[in-house]
Amino acid sequence: MAYKQRIDGRGFDETRPIEAKVGVIQRADGSAMFKIGNTWAYAAVYGPRNLHPKFLQDPQRGILRCNYNMMPFSSSGERVRPGGSRRSKEISLVTEKALLPVLDLEEFPNSVVDVFIELPQTEAGSRCAGICAASMALADAGLNMKDLVCAVSLGRVDDKLLIDLDYSEESYKDGPVADIPIAMMPNSSKVTLLQMDGEISKEELMELLEKSRKVLMDIYEVQKRALKEKYHEVEV
Amino acid sequence: MMHRELRNHIIGLLNADIRLDGRKLTEYRKPIEVEYGVVKTAEGSARVKIGETDVIVGVKLDVGEPYPDTPDEGTIIVGAELLPLSNPEFELGPPGIQAIELARVVDRGIRESKALDFKKLCITPSEKIWMVIIDICPINDAGNLFDAASLAALAALKDTKYPAFDGEKIDYKAKTDKKLGLEKMPIAVTVIKIGSKFIVDPDIEEEKAIDARLTVSSIEDGTLCAMQKGGDFPLSIEDIDKMLDIGIEKAKELRKYL
Repeated sequence: MAYKQRIDGRGFDETRPIEAKVGVIQRADGSAMFKIGNTWAYAAVYGPRNLHPKFLQDPQRGILRCNYNMMPFSSSGERVRPGGSRRSKEISLVTEKALLPVLDLEEFPNSVVDVFIELPQTEAGSRCAGICAASMALADAGLNMKDLVCAVSLGRVDDKLLIDLDYSEESYKDGPVADIPIAMMPNSSKVTLLQMDGEISKEELMELLEKSRKVLMDIYEVQKRALKEKYHEVEV
Repeated sequence: MMHRELRNHIIGLLNADIRLDGRKLTEYRKPIEVEYGVVKTAEGSARVKIGETDVIVGVKLDVGEPYPDTPDEGTIIVGAELLPLSNPEFELGPPGIQAIELARVVDRGIRESKALDFKKLCITPSEKIWMVIIDICPINDAGNLFDAASLAALAALKDTKYPAFDGEKIDYKAKTDKKLGLEKMPIAVTVIKIGSKFIVDPDIEEEKAIDARLTVSSIEDGTLCAMQKGGDFPLSIEDIDKMLDIGIEKAKELRKYL
């Protein structure tokens, strides 16, 4: 049986509802919240600040450190043990690589920019939500950036190509599935994160990548709007 | 450590009964907000804001074996992580002594007040019990995590519903309408001594200037159920007398937000 209609009634090219806000963590130098469906991410940026221990410092450029963490109650199944896993370490790494190209770290030799991503609630697409929140938080921190970073998961469920898989689609059993998180710098259309689990033909993948541009531009608009909203109140 | 000048400034103000941000000595920051059910993946959750301090507490339920000495009682487990997202001074890594103290103070307030009837958490004596796992996650630490986390933990327990359990496996997706149910409402109030003055709800700067603190947990009728003294300086019996009065009085005020 083919996958005819998405379980939550969305169109195949449609994301779950998105909410975004910046400046949500007052103690941080920059912060943001990004919610897509039931997946909810916070990001806080601290820095550029002194880096200890000293041997980690790079006199040529600052370094970026990202940490992705799921809160213990953020999974709909059993409690997630705190302290990180191999999965969360890998996601921290690819998140760092996804954000690095938009920053100019040569401005801050010997310093570090710390990005902490926390997820109170997850239901698929958490690394993408984390990246969206993190790039907004970096902008909120006032760092010089070449672009924002927008991320979403692309996918294939049975014979259909779709955008922003939810949990039921990721775990679809009656046909082949592919889950492809992607992050892009919207202004140059360059890809900064690309991963895939599952099976898909090259043609289908290229078609999905083509489709992803529009939805990533929509996410970019949401991010920009949230960044501008923070300063809205001051105008009056 | 903080600058001596700032500490002297805080004490100077307190001697005129004023605080850095203009509050009265025993006044909590405003607004105080309690939001229930913020995390759908948890069996119960709450978010508490006291001024800019912002804490999320989530409750997960699991089935385990009882301790041999209490075969007909379930149990609670409280964890706190001082997330580096919430405060520039917090670092990644396993919970340090600060996080452990926070978790244990919250744990004792709930446990010793008998807010939860552990016997009701028993499924099959000597075999299966409910474990109530309470995790504290600060989003923004602008001071007084003790009181905010205690309030959020109690609110999250109030919000908690059992997941479906068929005797073998838990179906977390199928939530029941059966609430955990609270027998008591223990509220923690941390009273701070700076110089010769007592204050509640310290902000970040005041927290660094404290001589001593006493977290006082009390239930509806004013009965004390847990205490924790902290800070480097000792307290006199008279100090403790005054701090308990403040703690019990302020608990009544905080309880109204639940």
